[in-house]
Amino acid sequence: MTSLTNTRGPRRDFLPSSSKLRAISWRAVSVILTLAGLLALTFFMGRLLPDDPVLAVTGYEVDEATYQKVFKELGLDRPVWEQFMSYMGGVLQGDLGRSLTTGQPVVQDLMRAFPATLELALVAALIGSLLGIPLGIAAAVNRGSWIDHLARVIGLAGYSIPIFWLGLMGLFVFYAKLNWIGASGRVDIFYEGMTPTITGMMLVDTAIAGDWTVFKSALRHILMPAAVLGYYSTAYISRMTRSFMLEQLSQEYIIAARAKGLSRRSVIWRHAFKNIRVQLLTVIALVFGGLLDGTVLIETVFGWPGVGQYLTRGLQFNDINVVMSTVLMIGVLFLAVNTASDFLYRRLDPRTR
Amino acid sequence: MSRQPLLSVRDLRISFPGRHSTVEAVRGVSFELGSEKLGIVGESGSGKSVTGRAVMKLLPSIARMTAEEMRFGDRDLLTLSESEMCAIRGRHIAMILQDPKYSLNPVVPVGHQITETYLRHAKVSKRAAREAALAMLDAVKIRNPERVFDQYPHEVSGGMGQRVMIAIMLAAEPSVLIADEPTSALDVTVRFEIMQLLDELIAQRQLGVLFISHDLNLVRRFCDRVLIMYAGQVVETIDAARIDEAQHPYTRGLLNSMPRIHAPRERLPALARDAAWSKDLREVKR
Amino acid sequence: MTHPTIVSHTRPLPRWRRWLETDTPESVRHAAFQESWTKVQHFRSQTLGMIGFWLLMALLFVVIAAPLLATHDPNVQDLSQRLMPPSSENWFGTDHLGRDVYSRVIYGARTTLRIAVLVAVIVAPIGLIIGATAGYLGGIADEVLMRITDIFLAFPGLILALGFAAALGPGINNAIIAIALTAWPPIARLARAEALTIRQSDYIAAVRLQGETSFRIITRQVIPICLPSVTVRVTLNMAGVILTAAGLGFLGLGAQPPHAEWGAMVAVGRQFMFDFPWVVSAPGIAIAVISLAFNLFGDALRDTLDPRIA
Repeated sequence: MTSLTNTRGPRRDFLPSSSKLRAISWRAVSVILTLAGLLALTFFMGRLLPDDPVLAVTGYEVDEATYQKVFKELGLDRPVWEQFMSYMGGVLQGDLGRSLTTGQPVVQDLMRAFPATLELALVAALIGSLLGIPLGIAAAVNRGSWIDHLARVIGLAGYSIPIFWLGLMGLFVFYAKLNWIGASGRVDIFYEGMTPTITGMMLVDTAIAGDWTVFKSALRHILMPAAVLGYYSTAYISRMTRSFMLEQLSQEYIIAARAKGLSRRSVIWRHAFKNIRVQLLTVIALVFGGLLDGTVLIETVFGWPGVGQYLTRGLQFNDINVVMSTVLMIGVLFLAVNTASDFLYRRLDPRTR
Repeated sequence: MSRQPLLSVRDLRISFPGRHSTVEAVRGVSFELGSEKLGIVGESGSGKSVTGRAVMKLLPSIARMTAEEMRFGDRDLLTLSESEMCAIRGRHIAMILQDPKYSLNPVVPVGHQITETYLRHAKVSKRAAREAALAMLDAVKIRNPERVFDQYPHEVSGGMGQRVMIAIMLAAEPSVLIADEPTSALDVTVRFEIMQLLDELIAQRQLGVLFISHDLNLVRRFCDRVLIMYAGQVVETIDAARIDEAQHPYTRGLLNSMPRIHAPRERLPALARDAAWSKDLREVKR
Repeated sequence: MTHPTIVSHTRPLPRWRRWLETDTPESVRHAAFQESWTKVQHFRSQTLGMIGFWLLMALLFVVIAAPLLATHDPNVQDLSQRLMPPSSENWFGTDHLGRDVYSRVIYGARTTLRIAVLVAVIVAPIGLIIGATAGYLGGIADEVLMRITDIFLAFPGLILALGFAAALGPGINNAIIAIALTAWPPIARLARAEALTIRQSDYIAAVRLQGETSFRIITRQVIPICLPSVTVRVTLNMAGVILTAAGLGFLGLGAQPPHAEWGAMVAVGRQFMFDFPWVVSAPGIAIAVISLAFNLFGDALRDTLDPRIA
């Protein structure tokens, strides 16, 4: 990785840029291959389904002629390979088929539901980072102290308590008993549809419109689901931050920084933390995966009209297109986030630049 | 050495408590350091590095340290708080570590690691600190300081890294320098250059140096006086020039196990050890 | 860095302890016993790990003795007794069909343990074989196998399990298959990493020079060495498996009624939760306790067997 033999100057200047280019293009190829793999996986998942896809469209009372017609329309008479190619072609053109329950193209439904999920995930990730990173650092710096134990308890609980159950308990305590938070949905029902949709994220849209009453209502609604999701991010982020930080604090450069006379604070933030910043990017990308998992359950619990609820509705009504398309979309999204974090890592770490 | 010593340590003891047993790394070490080069020689585990770090109070938090006395000039290091120690470290006592590959922060450009020392100990502007850091890079004989200033540690060689390390530690003009195996991790070819550079800088600045090493040959050439450590204790203190006259069997053993150009031997003797060395010393102390 | 004088505390020990802890083992087997004994000792010194261990033992006991521990038949409905609060008759109350919640939680342990064990049994060999093969063979085989692994890893865990479970249809066995399909890639990654380092070692080169086939080297040499770290990893992942299983159950994709399953119990109890909170609290706590037990046990096991990752 590093060269300590060159006394004349930076090696970077002499590095043939073609090797870097090759690395980037290899990375691109592997992302594309993975993407194709995702498509194949969801395609075959769809074919595993024990239910007859034709009957799912037509209903059970169907005459032979209609059955055959739909069978042809769905392309089921063609070889699997051809079916996959046309599926892939469709997906690339943004065609994921229609939802059997809403009657809308799935893509359209997903576009409508996505901002709600994104808003929830972003608020949760924000909570997780703002709490988790300082907690992890404090735990590592004061190893064995009460804060370290607290971080450990928070982590263990986050790794053990089922998220849907914590959500239900939150609903029970803060809605049913204390009435501090809104019930299901993104705003109180009488405010619904009052704010013009710009980004699709309620907090942002209401703030743009300057409609603070609705903004408050939206905040009351998002707080609990985001806090529950945020708790799990906090658990994960603090645990990872702690172990990264412990690793850095045991390094020799920390002794050197202290030998210079730097205060504890500068040693921690200007030296140790600077070394884990880039690693934390990867962690936050992974947290995003956990959040996507979590939203499926949390949106169901809180009646949050996002991608997760759309997916569970699809499950309930055996709507294959909806289920497989949503799974695919989440996979692609997660892949995109990971690729982006990987790219940023390479850009930001001086050793891999 | 008529005036007050820069550093005086008496009966330093350091132990590391474990789950079932306690490891006593340093057991009653005493020495005084004036404006001289004092070598500490010993095998791995003899407690020499721990002694160096103890003087700066940079031991890991689990370590237990006691001493009858540990003074820098007229200041009692034992009673100083952590923040008071921070004002001593770097400014009055500095330390060069073994391997620049690990002792330089990998994600901070080397120039900033030098200016940091200035900014910590002198009320100067960032610009002035930069100028001073460039001057320091020049003083450690780095050609093209402007360019090196913005480089990251992985972009410089080992020898250059150690020069940067020296620049960082001498930036605030300390009066005591602890050099903990400063050349052991370097290529054999650059070791000599670094030692020469250190020697020059020490002479210019009249530093008191605690030179920690396992290399008796290096120490006898470079230092004025030598402490020989064995199993956490000083077994012998001797002028570097008179080291051949050393009495203690352990020191003699060390000397005998060194190869020499003018007296070739078939096979070097293995180093003998004797549990009595550490025991009777303790009795002598009491 | 330093290893000088060690001051040890002395205490009188029984003979078998002295045999296990002596500094001078008499045979290879004696030494092997000693090594296992230090590991047991190390594990036993970890309080949290021991708590996890005993919780898992308790789970095992509950699973075996469920018929004795349960006060009611878990599936018998009694509509006159619906949604009764906890009492001396129904310790955790009754659900919306008048079934005893306590007895259903007890029987639910069987479902949970069955899922955990079967997933482990499926996942460990698959992950081991794929990982060890990829790591040992390298080249194209490695490239292809790891590409497939990456595809599975590209999905968040629950989402993928949910997709498979939906495709296979509801039911506990399908849930097990679905979870197993999503749980093998991390194991394969781990086994591959181990195999890569083993491949470099001299004794593998020696075995290869003796003309051993790759198949035999993988099965006889590589897999046994990967086994301890894979065991630890599978244990550590068990908590996640249980949570995923509960999540699938909550979404109606796990065990089907009237089968008692904790996640499904929470899902059903949800609509009565505001007035009758005991219907959801007991199964939820049960899930949390068991995954906590696996977490504590797994952490301690990792510290004992594989200090590198700690």
